[in-house]
Amino acid sequence: MATTAAPIKTIFRRPESSTGFWSWITTADHKKIGIMYGYVAFFFFIMGGIEALVLRIQLSVPENTFLTAAEYNAMFTMHGTTMVFLFVMPASAAFFNYLLPLMIGARDVAFPRMNAVSFWIFLFGGIFLYSSFLFGTTGPPEGGYLAEEVSRLGSSANGGWFGYAPNSGAQFSTGTVMDYWALGLQVLGLASLISSINFIVTVFNMRAKGMTFLRMPVFVWMTTVVAFLLLFSLPIIAVALFMITADRQLGTLFFDASAGGDPILWQHLFWLFGHPEVYILILPAMGIVSEVLPTFSRKPLFGYAAVVFAGAAIGFMGFGVWAHHMFSSGVTPITQAAFGLATMAIAIPTGIKIFNWIGTIWGGRVRLNTPMLFSLGFVAMFVIGGLSGVTHAIVPADWQQTDTYYIVAHFHYVLFGGAIFGLFSGLYYWFPKLTGKMYSEALGKIHFWVMFIGFNLAFAPMHWLGLNGMVRRTWVYAEEAGLGPWNMAVTVGAFTIAVSILIFMFNWWWSRRNGPESGMDPWDARTLEWTLPSPTPEYNFGVSPVVTALDDFWEKKYTTDDDGRPVRRENADLIIAELEETGLNPPAPIHLPAPSYYPFIVGVGVFVLAYGIVYNTRPWGIPLLLAGALIVIGSFVGWGVEPLEEIHEEHHEPDHDGNNDGEPAADPTKKAADG
Amino acid sequence: MADLAQADIGHHDEHESTGIDNRKLGMWVFLSSEFLFFGALISNYLLFKGRDFGYTTIFPIELYDIPFTSISSFVLLMSSLTMVLAHDAWSTGDQNRTRTWLLATAMLGMVFIGGQVFEFTEFVLEGMTLTSNPAASAFFFLTGFHGAHVFLGIVMLLSLYGISRRSEGLTEKQGLNLELVGLYWHFVDIIWIVIFTIVYLIP
Amino acid sequence: MATKRRRPRFRLAITLGLAIVLSACATGGPLDSLDPQGPIAEDIDGLFKMTLYIATAIFVLVQGALLIAIFVFRDRKGRKEPKQTHGNAKLEVVWTIIPVVILAAIAVPTVQTIFKYTDCADDSMNIDVIGHQWWFEYQYEDYDITTANVLAMPTDTEVCLRMTSDDVVHNYWIPKLNGKRYLIPGQETVLQLEADQPAEYWGHCAEFCGLSHALMRARVIAYDQPDFDAWVAEQVAAPVMPAAGSLEEQGLEIFLGNQCAACHNIDDVNPLENAIGPDLTHFATRSVFAGAVLELAVPGELEAWLANPPEIKPGSYMPNLNLSQDEIDALSAYLRSLE
Repeated sequence: MATTAAPIKTIFRRPESSTGFWSWITTADHKKIGIMYGYVAFFFFIMGGIEALVLRIQLSVPENTFLTAAEYNAMFTMHGTTMVFLFVMPASAAFFNYLLPLMIGARDVAFPRMNAVSFWIFLFGGIFLYSSFLFGTTGPPEGGYLAEEVSRLGSSANGGWFGYAPNSGAQFSTGTVMDYWALGLQVLGLASLISSINFIVTVFNMRAKGMTFLRMPVFVWMTTVVAFLLLFSLPIIAVALFMITADRQLGTLFFDASAGGDPILWQHLFWLFGHPEVYILILPAMGIVSEVLPTFSRKPLFGYAAVVFAGAAIGFMGFGVWAHHMFSSGVTPITQAAFGLATMAIAIPTGIKIFNWIGTIWGGRVRLNTPMLFSLGFVAMFVIGGLSGVTHAIVPADWQQTDTYYIVAHFHYVLFGGAIFGLFSGLYYWFPKLTGKMYSEALGKIHFWVMFIGFNLAFAPMHWLGLNGMVRRTWVYAEEAGLGPWNMAVTVGAFTIAVSILIFMFNWWWSRRNGPESGMDPWDARTLEWTLPSPTPEYNFGVSPVVTALDDFWEKKYTTDDDGRPVRRENADLIIAELEETGLNPPAPIHLPAPSYYPFIVGVGVFVLAYGIVYNTRPWGIPLLLAGALIVIGSFVGWGVEPLEEIHEEHHEPDHDGNNDGEPAADPTKKAADG
Repeated sequence: MADLAQADIGHHDEHESTGIDNRKLGMWVFLSSEFLFFGALISNYLLFKGRDFGYTTIFPIELYDIPFTSISSFVLLMSSLTMVLAHDAWSTGDQNRTRTWLLATAMLGMVFIGGQVFEFTEFVLEGMTLTSNPAASAFFFLTGFHGAHVFLGIVMLLSLYGISRRSEGLTEKQGLNLELVGLYWHFVDIIWIVIFTIVYLIP
Repeated sequence: MATKRRRPRFRLAITLGLAIVLSACATGGPLDSLDPQGPIAEDIDGLFKMTLYIATAIFVLVQGALLIAIFVFRDRKGRKEPKQTHGNAKLEVVWTIIPVVILAAIAVPTVQTIFKYTDCADDSMNIDVIGHQWWFEYQYEDYDITTANVLAMPTDTEVCLRMTSDDVVHNYWIPKLNGKRYLIPGQETVLQLEADQPAEYWGHCAEFCGLSHALMRARVIAYDQPDFDAWVAEQVAAPVMPAAGSLEEQGLEIFLGNQCAACHNIDDVNPLENAIGPDLTHFATRSVFAGAVLELAVPGELEAWLANPPEIKPGSYMPNLNLSQDEIDALSAYLRSLE
């Protein structure tokens, strides 16, 4: 099977599409991988959404009996875990994968097949996590009793997405479900770690000629910051997950308080990862918004450098605020004060971003297309989430707020009103680039308004519920607490959001088939990806671009008059037509990464290995573990001996100048010209 | 990880904006992440090492055989030297010496691992196991993960040695692999120096 | 024309919105953190409301600017291309400094309040709180009282809770009296409570603590000093002994003859060290039981609990003892007699 992956460097003279099932399994094309990330992430978004609706049905009235406690705990744990690790992160990865090379003028990422490895490990990690609904077991804590067996719906991870020890330990979370959770996250983390290395190297090394760091689009900057956040936070959660797995499987005592272990250590490790994780979720959306707002205001981003540095500052400071998740844990007053102040300080770069976005729109010519609506919705909702975030930094106030729905409201304003609105903005914005078609603007706007109203109906009342004493992660609440009416409103809001998602799905499906041709540059946009034909050819750029300015494409199309207003250059249309021509008919052969079976097989191996660890005490557990390890090792060996290099050399030399324009090497020193 | 990075010769037709080879940059980036991995493990050990757990137990610090571990640390330190010599030999085109030093590096690594296996066995016989107390758990976790890294390094060294035994030796491309494995090996060595100092020497 | 039509709708929306907000404010329930009933909670509330007002002002300004930008600069026929401004250093410095100043102003009282409420006064009354899945145990060192679910305290006195947990992490919260504090196995944390008025206050475990986290609730009853003294006297008294031949005596026998006696302490009758379950010596003096979820005064709740505890509280450490209805009635009668 592996030998069929032999064709090495395909040479494209004209665009030809490689299609069919196996082309997706074996692809190393960043765009195909990005699309797969997108669809898989959306699938998990639906799963997480269904879980949310189930939760909301249960909570719509006090003392409801729709779900059992076990089912509710599994639902909210999987909802959080899914939305964070299986939806927003991979959805962002979908954007990174598809757009990053396009925006920096590259043909692919630095390690195309490692990119495929990331995707397959992620996909199998997600399947592994969800397979606990089929195979997982759980029950009452040791010594406790249940009136009835836990149903399948309740047989999944049940310790919360934060998995606080010792509740997630073997004594209090019996059965295998938390093993699935810990290992599933470990596997997903591995996938993210590999892709973060890939993206960092891509951004540092693969930029087009002239694409200096301060000419990179803000989205690329935010991708870079996210990659570094992943790089430095994932090893910490990896250690924590190894520890909890060892506690559960091998009897180590890290979090076992009865033997001197420290439950709070888990919280420190988890949030030392978990807070940067929050920025990992939001920064990609901030990047998207920073692309959309200028395009639809027909103005450059206000204060580009400030927005970039604010993003980097948010990422950097994100490592210094983790204990604000633990203000009620009895950490010392000095710690509380320090982390409270640090948390307030994060409001400053965040404020800079918001003000600069408003400055971008101000004085512009604002076109309210669907992507713009979502981006404006992002800004408006993020302001609310940011302000409620500042109230958490008031430490004593947080003693009241923490672990209530006030927090749930806050982070949904930031991560749904923020991240998800931003992601939808990006989906509509780049839909033409992806498909070559235009979506239905009317349906897009309906989607926005239904979602906007549903969102606010679902999450605004939660502020009130939280302050009124609604505790998080409770499957019932007392009627006397007076929380019923607002909970019903929240549930109605949740279903309204679900309706808006159906509208989106229909729009996507319908427009892909029936939408009008979009052309290359439907938005009169500013960045390099719009210089490509739509949909993007497999090799991206027919001729590698040379960049001379920030918003290079816009500068090529427009000059400014004495008043500072843009004037379309006379030859702008000609330039675009030329770009399309060379985009569709590259003048010289282009090397593309060869497809390979090995990334997929690595994913399978990791999958098998993970089951082996969960079931290591069964007679077949260790053999399964070894089999998984062998598959992984074997596929790397196979990968290593794939005879790429010899054949590769033949095409390599003439093109050694590196910008891949197919012309002979002109000047070897220019390699470092823009470093 | 390093195996993956070196196996991916993907994309040499793109230029490198920084002038550093993709794989080398990738290795540096990966190792920066590894520093945090070991940072977390070391902090974890430091947190538990002197704690009163409220029951009689045996602490790692009571069992250390500093002279023995000093020798095995010295062996690992020397393996960094032989690694440098291997790379040096390769860059002067001396394939024979490259092979010799590669093998020497792998052997020294194996001696270190052997020492660790011996040490662990001793500790278990003295009554300190993974489940004796949190400090013992943290000790075995930290040194065990380091040992796993050394083991992976040995596997990579031996693969390189195997390739270098072919008639043409290590080609220019594989020389980069040599450099990548070298980076990794030095990293593992540096981490051990930190562990030895913080965990073994500082009371 | 479009804008003209929009106005009345806006006014309607605003009126409706205000109505909703106002009606919401009127519904403060027993767990309402915005209705402080003691000096500590009032301090926190003041701090929160100050921040809330500032945040509201910023909210109005920022959203206002955003809306103005959208509507004023909306693309219309004849609108000229915008000037290509790349930024404005002065403006950017200004809107960096203003938040810094505001945050610095909020930071001062924040830090003060943190330090004000981190340790108990030397003369405060100590109560040990131990978290269990899924109920709170209270031990009054000064009086040698052990009780559960309902915490009794005097008014106008700072009470110092010294807390730990027997199993997982819990989080103690009486919204009207103070914020939350964890109960951590193997560690001690401290929380002060102070109530102005004699009343019953609701509470809840706020950290996810397993299956029945939702049913781990708390009650605090604040008494005037004389009433509190009376409560103490009641608690230190010897347990009520059932009269010979009574239904209560049958109940006691069932208690002693079943697993009940393995887990529940009743002074003199069934003394236990480190009992797993709540102390029942003066069970009937407590208005609520089973994690402050069920009420003794509600007919049938105690009987339902005795019939099948895991049915009511999933994961419960109290098993279904398969008692007959007669046994349940007798046991219930005995427990209700334990004043």
